[in-house]
Amino acid sequence: MSQSETFHHALYVNDKKCIRCTHCVKVCPTEAIRIVDAKVVIREERCVDCGECMRACPHNAIKIEHDDLELIRKYKYRVVLFPAVFLGQFPERITEDQIYASLLEIGFTHAYEVEQPIEVLKNQLRKVIKANQTDYPVISSFCPAIVRLIRIKYPSLTECIARVKAPHDLSAHWVLKQFAEKGIDPSEVGLFYVTPCVAKITAVKSPLGEKESIITGVINPKQLYNKVMSIAEKVQPIDSSELRKSLTKEGIQWSLTHGETWWQSKKSISVDGIHNAIRFLERLENGHVHDIDFLEIRACDRSCAGGILLSQNRFLTVDRLKKRAKRYPSSEKTAWLGNENFEELERMIVTDEILPRPMLRYGSDMSKAIDRMERARNIMCHLPAIDCAACGAPTCQALAEDMVNGMARMSDCIFIQQLWQNDGKILPQRAFDRMEKKWGVGRFDPDCTKKGAKNEGF
Amino acid sequence: MVKLRYEIEGGNFNRAGNASSNVKKVLKQLNIDQKLIKKIVVALYEAEVNIVAHAYEGEIEVEISPSKIDMVLRDKGPGIPDVEKAMMEGFSTASQKVREMGFGAGMGLPNIKKNIDLLEIETTVGVGTTLKMTKFFDDVTE
Repeated sequence: MSQSETFHHALYVNDKKCIRCTHCVKVCPTEAIRIVDAKVVIREERCVDCGECMRACPHNAIKIEHDDLELIRKYKYRVVLFPAVFLGQFPERITEDQIYASLLEIGFTHAYEVEQPIEVLKNQLRKVIKANQTDYPVISSFCPAIVRLIRIKYPSLTECIARVKAPHDLSAHWVLKQFAEKGIDPSEVGLFYVTPCVAKITAVKSPLGEKESIITGVINPKQLYNKVMSIAEKVQPIDSSELRKSLTKEGIQWSLTHGETWWQSKKSISVDGIHNAIRFLERLENGHVHDIDFLEIRACDRSCAGGILLSQNRFLTVDRLKKRAKRYPSSEKTAWLGNENFEELERMIVTDEILPRPMLRYGSDMSKAIDRMERARNIMCHLPAIDCAACGAPTCQALAEDMVNGMARMSDCIFIQQLWQNDGKILPQRAFDRMEKKWGVGRFDPDCTKKGAKNEGF
Repeated sequence: MVKLRYEIEGGNFNRAGNASSNVKKVLKQLNIDQKLIKKIVVALYEAEVNIVAHAYEGEIEVEISPSKIDMVLRDKGPGIPDVEKAMMEGFSTASQKVREMGFGAGMGLPNIKKNIDLLEIETTVGVGTTLKMTKFFDDVTE
């Protein structure tokens, strides 16, 4: 299979499967995707790893980079760190004990839910919120796609982001510490994180606000789900309660919507879904959100239960976890605060400063930008404003922008081309050649196996 | 030079702030300093809401050049009988209805003046008001 690494970060396009249908181009919330020379191209500086393109792709052509499960064999101690939403994937007839037992059967020596030491995070978040002197709320750093979105689209809000790491980082520190206490060499320990989304893969592979992640590898939950499902009801169940003795109500619900807010006494608000997030951040940046101390904001609808790499229904996942949370104690009742490691863990989960990285549509030189914007606005007089994406850009405005930045031409617009042909300004053959260059040779030949066609799936 | 124009409907609070939000987006795309954008948008928002809250209709014209942004807001409305008073913090002629919607605290014009470099007000009672505001881009000190 030929796979070109067109996608930066953790995403790439399988060119064999991609038919250039522009679904991804149109849904990208930062207008990062274009079709160029018959290929899907992502502009790295604009991508926030939200995975909306993957969700929208009707041809399963967008893939993620993940580590092979076999990688775990290299380590003597093989730890699987998984989020509670992974457990929430399974039907209720499969017990927690069966899921834990299956993970160990698959080859891991230790299984931890990442939200176990959540009290450390909760406490740190409380401190950050209390210390905030600005008129703006503290913004949660939980969702890496949102953090990237803020850096590129709402740079002035970057300083509001809580400098606190994610649960997977916290639990990784915590697990390593436990191994160290037993005198185990950390090089013998492999930490494997089962990620619910693309953004968290990138967060592990190239973390923001810290030098490097201590996670060894990332595992695709779809792959692990299949493995667990195939053995869960056959495997000898174990009593796994010892493995999740620190798990709490708060931990189980942390990655769900309201997970960071329901226990707070401060005024807080929870926003989920990338488009809701954009609207809210826009409003916040306009200065029209008042009297909020904390903003929980996640890119996926239903937060991580709707994670792009999870295959099961998000509402059922939320339901299982909510029911499950009822059986667990509150984190305030666990022994974390008295724990001597508490303060050390708190120090470990503080990130470096997160800096803005504004997305500049017309370059950084202001007078040139004014000139380019003016030209783009002039071009818009001629473009049809149909936003069909048949030029390879998501909207007519995006095409105009690309044109003034030297990345597209007027003739990329099929309507303009038609007009030009009508006026005799361009020969039909030349117009066709351009279209073929953009979309690929043979792209418009009949194909009865495509989706919705006569022989679909053959 | 980038020119923008918006029509403002008096009394329609649902759309109040749309023009200033759009101007903000344009300024961000032009890589104007964040702190300046904030000031410009605060001033423009206040002036926009003034039209919505007090006038029957109005328009906003914006011109952005490499050195400055000029904003002209013209409205047909009651005019300002005493400009000096209107410039005082806390002084407001807003109706009860407008106040109930969270506007009309008497901070409009004072807040505009605080955030902008040049401010000119021409007003005729019973006819309308024109506000001319300018912010220079070289001032990034404060």
